[in-house]
Amino acid sequence: MMQEHLIKVTNVSKSFAGVQALKNIDLTIKRGEIRCLAGENGCGKSTLIKIISGAHVPDEGDIEINGKHYKRLHPIEAIREGIQVIYQDFSIFPNLTAAENIALNSELAKNRRFVNWKRVKSIAKEAIRKIDVNIDLDAKVENLSVADKQLIAISRALLQNAKLIIMDEPTTALTQKEVNALFKVVKSLQQKGISILFVSHKLDEVFDLAEKITILRNGQNVIDGDTSQFDKEKFVYYMTGRKISESHYELQQESNQCLLKVEKLSQKGSFYDISFDLYSGEILGITGLLGSGRTELAMALFGLNPADSGRIYVEDRLTEIKTVQDAIKNRIAYVPEDRLTEGLFLQQSIGRNIIISTVEKLLNKYKLIDSEKMNIQINHWVKELNIATPSTHLPVQALSGGNQQRVVLAKWLATNPKILILNGPTVGVDIGSKTDIHQIIRELAQQGVGVIVISDDIPELLHNCNRILIMRKGRIVGEFGGKSITEKELAHQLSAT
Amino acid sequence: MSVQINKQREIKSFERLKDLKAFHFIIEDSNLTRLFLIMIFIFVLMTAMKPELFPTIDNLSSMAFQFPEFGILAIAMMIAMLTGGIDLSIIGIANLSGILAALTMVKLIPEGSSFNHVMLVILLAMAVSALTGILCGLFNGFAVARIGIPPILTTLGTMQLFTGIAIVITKGTAVYGLPAQFSYIGNGTLWILPIPLMIFIVFAAIFTVILHKTSFGLKLYMMGTNPTASRFSGINNAVMLMKTYMMSGLLAAFSGLIIIARTNSAKADYGTSYTLQALLVAVMAGVNPNGGFGKVTGIVFAVLTLQFLSSGFNMLHFSNFFKDFVWGAVLLIVMVTNYIINHSKKKVSKNTNK
Amino acid sequence: MKKILSTNEFLVALIIIVLSIIIGSKNSVFFTAGNLIDLLRSGIVMGIFAIGVLIVIVSGGIDVSFTAIASFCMYTTTKVLNYYDFQGSVLIAFVLAGAMGLILGLINATFISFFKLPTLIVTLGTASMYSGFLLAFVGVREISNLPAGMSKFAKMNILKVTSENGVVSSLHFSILILIAVVIITWLLLRYTMLGRGIYAIGGDRVAAERAGFNITAIQFFIYGFVGLLSGIAGIVHTTLMRNSNPVNLLGMELIVIAAVVLGGARITGGHGTVLGTLLGLFLVIIMNNSLILLGVPSYWQRLVIGILILIGTGATAYRTMRSSRQLHRNSVG
Repeated sequence: MMQEHLIKVTNVSKSFAGVQALKNIDLTIKRGEIRCLAGENGCGKSTLIKIISGAHVPDEGDIEINGKHYKRLHPIEAIREGIQVIYQDFSIFPNLTAAENIALNSELAKNRRFVNWKRVKSIAKEAIRKIDVNIDLDAKVENLSVADKQLIAISRALLQNAKLIIMDEPTTALTQKEVNALFKVVKSLQQKGISILFVSHKLDEVFDLAEKITILRNGQNVIDGDTSQFDKEKFVYYMTGRKISESHYELQQESNQCLLKVEKLSQKGSFYDISFDLYSGEILGITGLLGSGRTELAMALFGLNPADSGRIYVEDRLTEIKTVQDAIKNRIAYVPEDRLTEGLFLQQSIGRNIIISTVEKLLNKYKLIDSEKMNIQINHWVKELNIATPSTHLPVQALSGGNQQRVVLAKWLATNPKILILNGPTVGVDIGSKTDIHQIIRELAQQGVGVIVISDDIPELLHNCNRILIMRKGRIVGEFGGKSITEKELAHQLSAT
Repeated sequence: MSVQINKQREIKSFERLKDLKAFHFIIEDSNLTRLFLIMIFIFVLMTAMKPELFPTIDNLSSMAFQFPEFGILAIAMMIAMLTGGIDLSIIGIANLSGILAALTMVKLIPEGSSFNHVMLVILLAMAVSALTGILCGLFNGFAVARIGIPPILTTLGTMQLFTGIAIVITKGTAVYGLPAQFSYIGNGTLWILPIPLMIFIVFAAIFTVILHKTSFGLKLYMMGTNPTASRFSGINNAVMLMKTYMMSGLLAAFSGLIIIARTNSAKADYGTSYTLQALLVAVMAGVNPNGGFGKVTGIVFAVLTLQFLSSGFNMLHFSNFFKDFVWGAVLLIVMVTNYIINHSKKKVSKNTNK
Repeated sequence: MKKILSTNEFLVALIIIVLSIIIGSKNSVFFTAGNLIDLLRSGIVMGIFAIGVLIVIVSGGIDVSFTAIASFCMYTTTKVLNYYDFQGSVLIAFVLAGAMGLILGLINATFISFFKLPTLIVTLGTASMYSGFLLAFVGVREISNLPAGMSKFAKMNILKVTSENGVVSSLHFSILILIAVVIITWLLLRYTMLGRGIYAIGGDRVAAERAGFNITAIQFFIYGFVGLLSGIAGIVHTTLMRNSNPVNLLGMELIVIAAVVLGGARITGGHGTVLGTLLGLFLVIIMNNSLILLGVPSYWQRLVIGILILIGTGATAYRTMRSSRQLHRNSVG
């Protein structure tokens, strides 16, 4: 007799090097259920996923899948039981065609020695037909969009008789349209009786899609229940363990000092006719979907990829910004979107990461680095931004997401910027640090810095920006005061076509 | 209150990470210590086996003449590797610049020239050599930074190109007849210190300071660690790359000068095995082939270790080729030991904490 | 159609054709059967090496030890067979050298797979060890008196052409060995799971592991196979030269790698084809052998090869840099 639940995890604990990553976790997933697994970074979500997929062996507890009990679940067994994980990087091969990527794993699982290209193609065709999407199967995957790559990963999972598909933050890199398409696919999977475990901390998504929510905090299961039991406040409370007070940022006084004036800035294929002003003390939000040109605009302002035409005035002076060095000279700073690859030198020390953009100011009269000045500078910023670390000699990769972001901020604040551009300032940062970072941004603005926050985190924009620009298809299509628009309206504006 | 708890939690997660993650600084230094001990061990071993020959002034001084040309090439290789690249063309640069310097001297010093004239031409020849090295390096840097050819392919090509130019200039023959004053650079001593050794010490010192005490050095390490982040931090990667390859070329040119001074001739295909050996020294010294980590001290230890080994084997009447075998073996042993030790460190800390 | 025109293979083929026309118009000897046969003949050994290098580069590694392995195998085999005054077939020489090559290749694989050391460093180290061992313990003197089977094999030609002025060019039997190696490798890469695994590792190693490929086994295959091919190439080299020289193959490795890269294999792994490799190799051989026909002294060879490598890799690098910039612009939000 078939049980109602597909997988039942009972009392699972796991620790690494003496730190308890999971403690007495229970999790049951029914057939055809869509469940959301939420929690801040480091709460144990990924450890739990790894245990379910057999990549980690729990210290204690029981895993029951399809009525069979496992103390030690091997990855192969997990796959045989129909458990498929879709990782954030999708685990696909950029150098192979879409068809081969879809068919390869299942052919491998069948222990095939030889490749029959006709079969590969027909398997792939069948697989994408099942989820009713259209992908160029002969294209090399490196030339496909993120959404297509994800669909490839999903159809590949289905080929392996998936009964439970685990998706690790699947919407991070998708546009709203693509997210909608993905949700349609997920719902159709559900109708086929396939269960979905959906890892996310984006509220609207979770409420949109999931039937059940499980929230982890500090390795413990803090709540488990129907989506209908939750509201936003409750969700945040369980994730963080504290209530977040929300306030609006307001300009203290109208300033007439225009720090940055952009006129008709265009870059072919990215953005067109962008004009706006940024005044001292302002926090200006820029939002738009992925592909709206918001990141390209930021990169153009910072000299990483200069615009083709248009004018930039910094403090009323017409200025050419062709390189990052030009931008820094004009006291512009940029906290990039991807902290790990663009912002930090992971294996290098916290100290070196903080001073790298200001090292020229730390030289003595022989043009050599003055260690004393250097240490003063480093310690100043560690203290100023509350970076929690036992030593500044540790590599920055040892820090948590929130502290890493503070290091990136410290690097730029050390350059004493007049204009600070932050792209996704709190992506992948736990809610505690998020509040701190917002506080820092506000204080900077109050000191007269002009801040631009690029984000698709709607509450973040509403609470911290006194003005918000909306970009769509490379153009600015709207401007709102931070208080004059509600979350719903802004979300609607964002996804309108 | 909650902030405090948060912090404690973070500090705790540090301790965990400290055990788990390969901490480059600590590991880098412990690898260096190990290399130092290996060097001492080899020295002691050779002394024990040939007490009457190995630790003598004669032998020490002959070793001090042999390794500098090679040690300087290894430093050149190292700084290219710090960027995450490689420079296979160094011996090509050394030979080409050596040949141009030699030709300058041979052509401009007629028989019976005055001492002053000779010295002037020697200085000119050194300038020609240095300029050649810098230009070759600039060419490498340009191809890597502006055209985007992977360093290994760029320098593979320029190795052929520079050697090719040298062959075309000399039609494949050697250049002889360098002035005696010049060969002092390769064979002379100051008090008891061989000139090549002193040149090596000077360069090792200069590059230690450049790498650890200047903003260029800091930027070089950072760029080697993550070129994207360095671009986003306002470092001009292209300029950094070109400067680095120019330095590498300059070092190679000086090595070339020592070579022609020591052998009293210049040849296009001298020391073809030096390229791979310099790479071997750099890797053994703990220079990370992916960039960002490596120290001059490591180069000094590694190059001395290999010199002790080959001198010792010479005295033990092993074939010259046996040296190649041992060098290869030492490289692999060092790498495997580092791997095993760093690996078991992680494992032990995992188990003890359970 | 557009796809074919923009492939690297097409580009290299085009260069070869243009180059051939230029050389042929300067000197009509180029298009004579004799010259073409000489070109083929000089490509046999490098061809076998290049196929091995291709597989390694596709998997994301690099191997600089294959010439050392080849020298080791051919010289030791010759010496051993001579010592026993062996009169039998050349097959034994191939088996012996192949087996030795296989073992040396597997030693490479052990370091690469078990100790996770970078392939360049491992093969650099083992190359130094293999050739050092050979020269220190096996011998350094050239052997011109080959074992009976090998010298008989040396005379096995499948085609002989005598030109007007009486110069004889002959196509040696071992071209068939190259053809066999090419076909087997092509089938392997295209139609076996093992071959796809090699591409998969080169494309994304972690993903390959998750997909269930046995990385260790594949790496042992790759480096073992290269070792085997090197051993065979060594014997072919000896028979073509009609002597066994322990050093004259050393130093060829970088040219072979250059040829494979010119043929479109990416040094970062995951990309490369057998056809492209052969074309890249052919281009290098034409340049290597045709300077004299153009009236250029042979000491210009290195310089020309250097320029060829730089232009070839530069063109591809420049193209990918531009297209990735384009892609970057379009994909970043």
